[in-house]
This record gives sequence, C-alpha cells and structure tokens, in this order.
Amino acid sequence: MANYKTKNTVYIVDGLRTPFIKVQGGPNPLSASDLAVTAARVLLARQSFKPEVIEEVIVGCASPAPDEMNIARLIALRLGCGDKCLGWTVQRNCASGLQAIDCASQDIASGRHDIVLAGGTECMSRAPLIFNDAMVEWLANFKMSRTFFKKIKALMQFRPQFIIPVIGLLKGLTDPYVNLSMGQTAENLGYQFNISREEMDALALSSHERALFAQEQGYFNEITPLCDWQGGIVEFDNGVRLDSSLEKLAKLKPAFDKPFGNVTAGNSSPVTDGAAFLILASEAAVKRYNLTVLGKIVETTWAALDPAVMGLGPVHAITKLLSAQQLSIQDIDYWEINEAFAVQVLACLKAMNDQDYCQTRLGLSHALGTIDIKRLNVDGGAIAVGHPVGASGARLVLHLLQVLKRHNAKRGIASLCIGGGQGGAMLLERM
Amino acid sequence: MYRHWQYEKDADNIFWLTFNRQSSSVNTINAEVLEELHSFLQMLEALPKPPLGLVIQSGKENGFIAGADIHQFENVKSAEEATSLIEQGQKIFEELEKVSFPTLALIQGFCLGGGLELALACRYRIAIDDPKTRFGTPEVLLGIHPGWGGTVRLPRLIGIFSAMDLMLSGRSISAKEAGKMGLVDVVVPKRQYMAAVKYYLNSPLWKRGVRGDFLNRKSPPSPPFIKVGEHILNLEFVRPLIGKFLYRKLRAKVNPAHYPAPFAIVDNWVEHGISKQSAFESEIKSISQLMVSDTAKNLLRVFHLQETLKNLSRESLFKPRHIHVVGAGVMGGDIAAWCALKGFKVTLQDTNLKAIAASLKRAKELFTKQLKEPYRVKAAMDRLMPDVEGLGISKSDIIIEAIIENKEAKQALFKNIEKLAKPEAILASNTSTIPLEEIAETLQSGERLVGIHFFNPVAKMSLVEVISDNKTDPLVTQCAIAFVRCIDKLPLPVRSAPGFLINRLLMPYLMEGVRLLSEGLSKTVIDRAAIEFGMPMGPIELADMVGLDVCLLAGESLSHHFGGQVPNQIRELVAKGHLGKKTGRGFYEYKKGKPVKEKLDINYQIPEDITDRLMFRMFNEALACLREGIVADANLLDAGMIFGAGFPPFRGGPLHYIAEEGKPYLMHRLNVLAERYGDQFLADRGWSELDVA
Repeated sequence: MANYKTKNTVYIVDGLRTPFIKVQGGPNPLSASDLAVTAARVLLARQSFKPEVIEEVIVGCASPAPDEMNIARLIALRLGCGDKCLGWTVQRNCASGLQAIDCASQDIASGRHDIVLAGGTECMSRAPLIFNDAMVEWLANFKMSRTFFKKIKALMQFRPQFIIPVIGLLKGLTDPYVNLSMGQTAENLGYQFNISREEMDALALSSHERALFAQEQGYFNEITPLCDWQGGIVEFDNGVRLDSSLEKLAKLKPAFDKPFGNVTAGNSSPVTDGAAFLILASEAAVKRYNLTVLGKIVETTWAALDPAVMGLGPVHAITKLLSAQQLSIQDIDYWEINEAFAVQVLACLKAMNDQDYCQTRLGLSHALGTIDIKRLNVDGGAIAVGHPVGASGARLVLHLLQVLKRHNAKRGIASLCIGGGQGGAMLLERM
Repeated sequence: MYRHWQYEKDADNIFWLTFNRQSSSVNTINAEVLEELHSFLQMLEALPKPPLGLVIQSGKENGFIAGADIHQFENVKSAEEATSLIEQGQKIFEELEKVSFPTLALIQGFCLGGGLELALACRYRIAIDDPKTRFGTPEVLLGIHPGWGGTVRLPRLIGIFSAMDLMLSGRSISAKEAGKMGLVDVVVPKRQYMAAVKYYLNSPLWKRGVRGDFLNRKSPPSPPFIKVGEHILNLEFVRPLIGKFLYRKLRAKVNPAHYPAPFAIVDNWVEHGISKQSAFESEIKSISQLMVSDTAKNLLRVFHLQETLKNLSRESLFKPRHIHVVGAGVMGGDIAAWCALKGFKVTLQDTNLKAIAASLKRAKELFTKQLKEPYRVKAAMDRLMPDVEGLGISKSDIIIEAIIENKEAKQALFKNIEKLAKPEAILASNTSTIPLEEIAETLQSGERLVGIHFFNPVAKMSLVEVISDNKTDPLVTQCAIAFVRCIDKLPLPVRSAPGFLINRLLMPYLMEGVRLLSEGLSKTVIDRAAIEFGMPMGPIELADMVGLDVCLLAGESLSHHFGGQVPNQIRELVAKGHLGKKTGRGFYEYKKGKPVKEKLDINYQIPEDITDRLMFRMFNEALACLREGIVADANLLDAGMIFGAGFPPFRGGPLHYIAEEGKPYLMHRLNVLAERYGDQFLADRGWSELDVA
C-alpha cells in the first residue's frame, strides 16, 4: 500500500452536492448523470480555472443505468472538461463515493494528476424493473421459433406470471452470498448486541431533529438547488421530517423481518436520489490557480468482515485507520458514520466499546473506546438526509469538512459500512 | 476548362463533377452554370466509352446548392424574358434526366430550390447524414414556385401530399426526413458515401432501364400500396377533388390575392397532373407570370432587406462564447434558452428559483421541438445553467439584463455587474421603455452599455433591435450586432428613443384599433380590416396577445413623450384583471388559447376608411421615425417593420408601399382622414422631407 507520508499532499479544494431527494413514487425526471451535472457544473462555475483544467473525473455509482455505463466519462464530457479529460467509474456499493475520492487522492498523491473531480451519484428511483427468468426464456424461445406453427406453439406456452417483474432495487440491496437483505443484516446486529427498538427509534428521531436544526441554521451550504426541467425545484434534502416523533416511529411495522423484527422504514435510511462532488488538488495546483482549500486527506483505510454483519464495517476500518496514524478516538474532533440503519450505528458504537469484540475480532488488547455522541453525525445522518448509495461517501466527506470548519476543529473521520461485508474510513484534517 | 465545374474520372470510370461557383461563397445556379453543365453532359455523351456513372457534388463546405441565382431574376423585365430563362433550365435538366448513364447527386448541406431540382433530375440522390443537410423548395417565399421541373418531378418521386407540403409551405426538412419521404434514395454517414455511390451506380435497376419515379420504382422506400394510391390520386377526375382540399387548407393560411404562387402550384397540378409533358409547359407559363408580379418583386426586396440586416455584422470579429442573462421572466428565460439552443454556454440568473425552473421547462420544450434527438436536447440543457448567485457574470462575454422595467433596479444591477464583469464584456439591456442614458447614469463606463431588445415570443420573432445612444461606443454596438447574428436573429440598429422603432410604430396602430372599437365597430371587423391589408394579426387581437398591461405601460410611456392618450378601455380592462390572452380574457374571450370571434359573411365588405385609419397611423409614425433618424435609412425601417412588426412582406415595407402608391395620393388621403377623424392624422413633417415621387 502506498505510504502517503512520503507522497504529495492531497487537498480538497471545494465541493457541492444536489439536495438528496427521497424517492416517493415514480422515477426522477433527472438521471444519475443529470444529477451529477447539476451539482458539478455549479461547482466548476465558481472556480477560477476552466473546466478543461480538470484532468480526471472519478465517480462512484453503485448501479449506473444501461445508457450511462461509464457514467464518470459521460459526466466529464457533459461538464465541458473536454475530450482529453479521463473518466472512470468505481463501484464499492455504499462506499462508492468514498472510493472515488480515495482513488482521486491516490492519483494526486502519486503525482499522476494535479487536479481531479471526484464524487458520487445515484438515481435509485430509476432502478430498473427486470423481466424474470421465465419470461426471458420464453422470449428467447419465441424468437427462435422460425415457422408459423412453432410460433403458435411458443405463444401457447406463455403464462401470465411471466410478466411479474424483478425489482432491480431489491436485488441490489440483497447480499447474494449470504442471501440476506441489508435490513436483515441490520436485524442481525440488533440481535448480537441486544439493541432495542426504542434505542433505534431514538437515534432515528435525533437524526431528523439534528438535520432539521441544521437546515434551519443554514448549515447545509454545500447544497446547490435542483431544477428538474419540468418546472419543479428541490432546495433541501426532502427526506428530513418536520413531524417525526417517537410515537409515530413506534407505530411503524418491521420492514424486513416480518412480523417480529425491529428495523423499520423509520429507523433505516430511505431510498434516495442525489449527487455530491469534490475537487481534489495537489499543492502545485493549489498554488498555480491560487485556490483556497477546505482540508486535506490524510489517509483512507478499508476492511472486510462477515457479510452477515456488514454494518460493523466502520469499526474495522476505523481501527485500521487509528492504528496506522497512531491516534486514539479522543484525537478525532468530529465523526461522520453513515446511518444505513439506526441499529447499525448503535452496534458500531457498542462494538468499539466492547472489550471482547475488540480483542477477538479486531485483535486489540483493549476496547477502542467511546465516540462522544455529540461529535458524531452532528447535523443528522442518512436516516434523515437519505442515502443515494453511490453519493453518500462523498457527502460525508464534504459535510464533515463543513462541520470541522464551523467548529474550527482539526481532525475528522468519515466512515461507511458496505453491503457485502466491508467498511471504509477516511481521515481528514484542516490546516 | 469550366469556370464553375471541375470533373475527374476515377479508376471505375465514374465521373465526379464538382460544382464550385466562382466568386461566390455559396453555390447558386445561373445561365452560365447551366450552359457549362450542358456542354459537359454533351462531352460525356460523345465519349467512345460511356461512363459507368456521373456523380454531382459540391465543392463548397457550406452546402450543396442554395438554389437559382436570385440576381438573375431581378433583371427580368418581361414575362417573355422570364420564359426563355426558365426554358433553358428546364431543357438542360431534362437532358440531365435523360443521359444514357446513371447519374447521382451526392448531397451534404443545404439542397434547396433549383439545387433540389437538379438533384431531382438525377437518377439517384444520396444524402450525407449531417444536421446541416436540409432539403426544401423555398420558392413560394419569394412569390414564385419551382420552375425547372420541380413541381412535376417532386410529386412523381415522393407523392402528391408530401410534395405539396414542401412546395406550398417552403419549409425545409432534414436528411432523415428526406430519407423517410423517399426524396433521397439513402441517407448515409459521411464515412459510407463511397460505398453508397458505388452501390447505386452499379445497381442492376439501372441496367434494366428502370426509371426513378415512383410509378415504377422497384427499390425502397415506397411500399407498393402507396404507389397504387398515388396512381389513383393522380387520376384526372380525382385531382380536382384533392385540389379543393388543398385550396381550402391554403386559404386558411394565405390570401390568394396577396400570395398567388402556392395557388398556381395547385392549379397546375389539378389541370395537368404529373405524367404529361404539358405539366412542364404549364410550370414555365405560370412561373414566368409570377416572376414579373409585384408580389414576387416585393418579396425579392424583402429577401434583400434580410440580407442587408444579415450583412451588418460581416466585418465584426466578435465571437462570444458565454452569455449571461439576468432575469428569468418570460423574456429573459426565453432569450437564455434561445442562446443555449444556438450553441452558447449560458448562465441564467434570478433570485427567484421558481422563475428559473419555469424557464428551464420552457427551454426543454423548445429544445425538444427544435433538436428532436434526446442527446442533443440534453447537450443544450447542459449549456443552460441556473445561476442564482451570478457566478456567470465574471466569465461571460455578453451580459443581457431582462429584469423588471424599473430604472433604479436596473441601475443597481448594472452597477454591480460592471464591477464583476470582464472589462471587455458587453453590457446589454433588454429594456423596452427605459432610455439607455438613464440606466448608464450610475455606470463608470457607460459606453459599454447597449440595448438588445428582443420581441415576444423570442423563438418566433426574428428581429432584434440593437439600441445605442450618443454615449455607446460604436465598437460595442458592432459587437452587439454581431452577437445577434451569432444567434441567428436579424439585428436592426436603432437610435435610443422612446419605444425604439417597432413598439413606436405598432402603438398608433393598436390605439387606432381601440379607438375604432370605442366608436362602436366590432372587434372582429377591425381585425379583419387589418388582415385584409395583409397584417398577420389585427390590432385588437395583437393588443390581447402582447398583454393589455404591457400595452398600457408602453402606451403611457409613449404618450408621455409624443402626446396622445391611452384609451380608457385598456385601463378599465387592466383594472379588472383582463390582461389579454395570458389571462384568458382581454378584448376577446379566449377558449383553448384562441379568441372567440364573430362570424362574418364571406361577402362582407369592410366599411370605408377602416383599413386606412389603421395603416395610415402607422405610415405617419414611420415617417416621423425616419425624420428623427431612429433608423439610418428607409430600407432599415422597412426591414424592421416587416421582420419585427409583421408588415405584409408582399407589400415590400411601409416606405416602399408609399413610394409605390404615390406620395401625393397618400398625403391627400391622410388629409381627408384628418378632416374626418381628427388630429392624429395630421401629416408628419417627414412626409414633405420624403424623397419619393
């Protein structure tokens, strides 16, 4: 692994994102690349340099649409970065956006590029409906039938159930190896760490309250409003609820383990569309274009674990990060841990504080310690704001930098759990 | 060997004939060009070994052939002279059609009028797939119709309805549409042109002697049932029935007394069909008459006026890339969308995000209609960026203000813009009522400010007034004019004065219309009077369309400067909230966007003086504008009125009309009107200064 300390410093210059749009009903009129362009072109418009200066665009996107396959290159071209600007797309499920920033930072650290646009975009509302296997087989058979009688015969074999579609989104949110949906892996964590429904709902409520307060205070200035080309506008993350309460949350039915489970739509992150982008630059580029910087990327770590408890990914990645940097939990001023599920964040906190878990699973001599809840997800998390899979990593990094700036603090860690049993964590530092 | 044609023989014995008209940037056909083509064809026919085929292509980057050389027709004095000119063309195109080897037109870029007729006389047509490739017969727009066999060969090839559609409207179509219609044999990307040429010239169809018309065409695209259908449509006793239908459709759009050419096309077809030689003969006869008619002469004048406006920016090197528009109202939003459509990077600024969103929606509709292909629509949307913070100001080459008509607001805005903008950026206001000099008061460098006044609806109105005052740097005005050309509009340089040119001339017309209304005349009759003169819309309906609130504002501003009064009816309707078409009610009531008019009898005669009262107010004001030097000369005034105010093109413009009708007679009429109806008809001093007979 590259040792950043001997390489070029990686600066984050600026960043911007769309509002995160909770999916309610039909597909978004804007595609994933449209969302990305909406945010990134305003970001580029406020720079002193021209879009052509960008050498590379790296985009995290868990499932680009069939007509936007290497979505990063498409976005680069649509932004006017020119024919020569490189573009590649990364996929690491929920941490795709973080992966994009990590890749960009490595390209800058190694001296390959000086200025890179990185981020993530996801249009979950446009996840496809797919023909089921029986239908596909029947269609293939029908196409192969050359003569009239064979065609009639094939037609006769059609059954109404063939038209029942496979919902692409549900497939995407299910781990094929352990055959558990993401929500079910979250239920595992509740069971393992004995976390109650009330604790989950309380965290969900606090997420909404914090996000609402932050909206009112104008803390989300990393958002540029979105016009949907049909006359509609979205100015804020519209998943944030004004009217959330413990009573209301308690009434919701379990979404995954019916009928006895604890994970509900209320204490999980909603299905969301959105895009977030950052500009990363080397020291040379910062000087050449006279750029102000938000902070620098110190190190990024990745870790893997049992897919059935994928929600604990952050614990493993953070452990690696802290030991590599020889830092303790107390050295970190602010934290962003993606709220895929309330129970999953709670489980991470418990695991970090659990002597047994830390010894047996992380190989530590003692427990990592406690993260001060006042320093974690201070402006709410994905349960309120939403979790457009590919974009969330970039949002966490961008927002953490805003939080550090607001509190004039130095260090922050952004971390996510990753479907399939991984975790990622990034250490950011303000100058 | 030839001045306008070069040829080359390739290894396959195919002759490649390249048309490259000397001392002209576009290919047009004149007598010399035809002569040379004729002698070239004779040379080919005389070869001991006949060529495998002949390919005709263009040597110009910009297109294939734009049509017949218009200058040639200008000098035609009599119908006989016209006849001989047309005959020569028909004969040579017939010769081209009948040569003993296959011919092929390889078309990229525009292929219009006489150029299309040349292509029609070839055995095959291959279109290169390119957004610039367009086909059409725009002759009717010049008051004539195709004359080199086009009215016969076009319906033979693509069927009567498609052919009539193209010939009667004068509209042009893309390569793709031409392919679908069967106007070209195939549409290929440029990289495949050679393979396509070889394929067609080696086609067995030709070797079997099969002709290219639809009647016995063996190759796609016409499916067989269409052929049978076309046979029936062209039967002698069926043609009059279809003719009736075509006449009715035409009458709904144009008046045969004003524009006879499209009616002549239908007449010829009904009488002669498309299979007999007499069809060609009747084409010559009717076009010769049309060519010497007043309508054609005036439309030719309009064509030249348009060229004059287009050429105003010829010398300018100004090439803007980024346009910033402030104010996302209907005007600002539509200006921004139009600029993005024309390929510019545009930032649209407004504090009201809702207005920007609404503009983007309209922009998307415009792009979808104009560009059709989704990827091009998306590219245009990408060029148009909402810009609440005004990030675009510091990066743009031209900044257009289209905010509310309020002096202080505009002054404050420009003061701020001046600080942020690039020093060489042009500052432009779309104001229609506030004088430039007042907006410039607060500017450090007022010489950068120019007026660029668009008309509503932006996408349809081709004229844009470019307003300068004594302070404006002439170079800035030049740049503004160049910008207007860059976005494919017609610039009209105007001196800063209330109402500029167009609104100032339309206002008396509207006001007289309302005055007639108050005298008890029906609005339908008033509007009909104007339409019979040839105006596209009567004054009452126009007022409704512009919006009565806008009319009131403009009327008050103008009457403040020039005297007169805004009729009370307008004030009353505005007070009631009946603002015209946009509110569903103004003078008229609107159902589904259309005004409810009373039905007039076909033989209804418009009462005396009505038309004159409407039009003479306009003429009088036109002379006042000319006298005051609002525009530099009479031609610009006529151009402005035709392209900006809908003055009937077939009359050649108000000042041209005055010259044609005779100044003494018109002045006499004006005096009569003044005696009968009041001082608004007192002749302006401009009449006596007007230098016409």
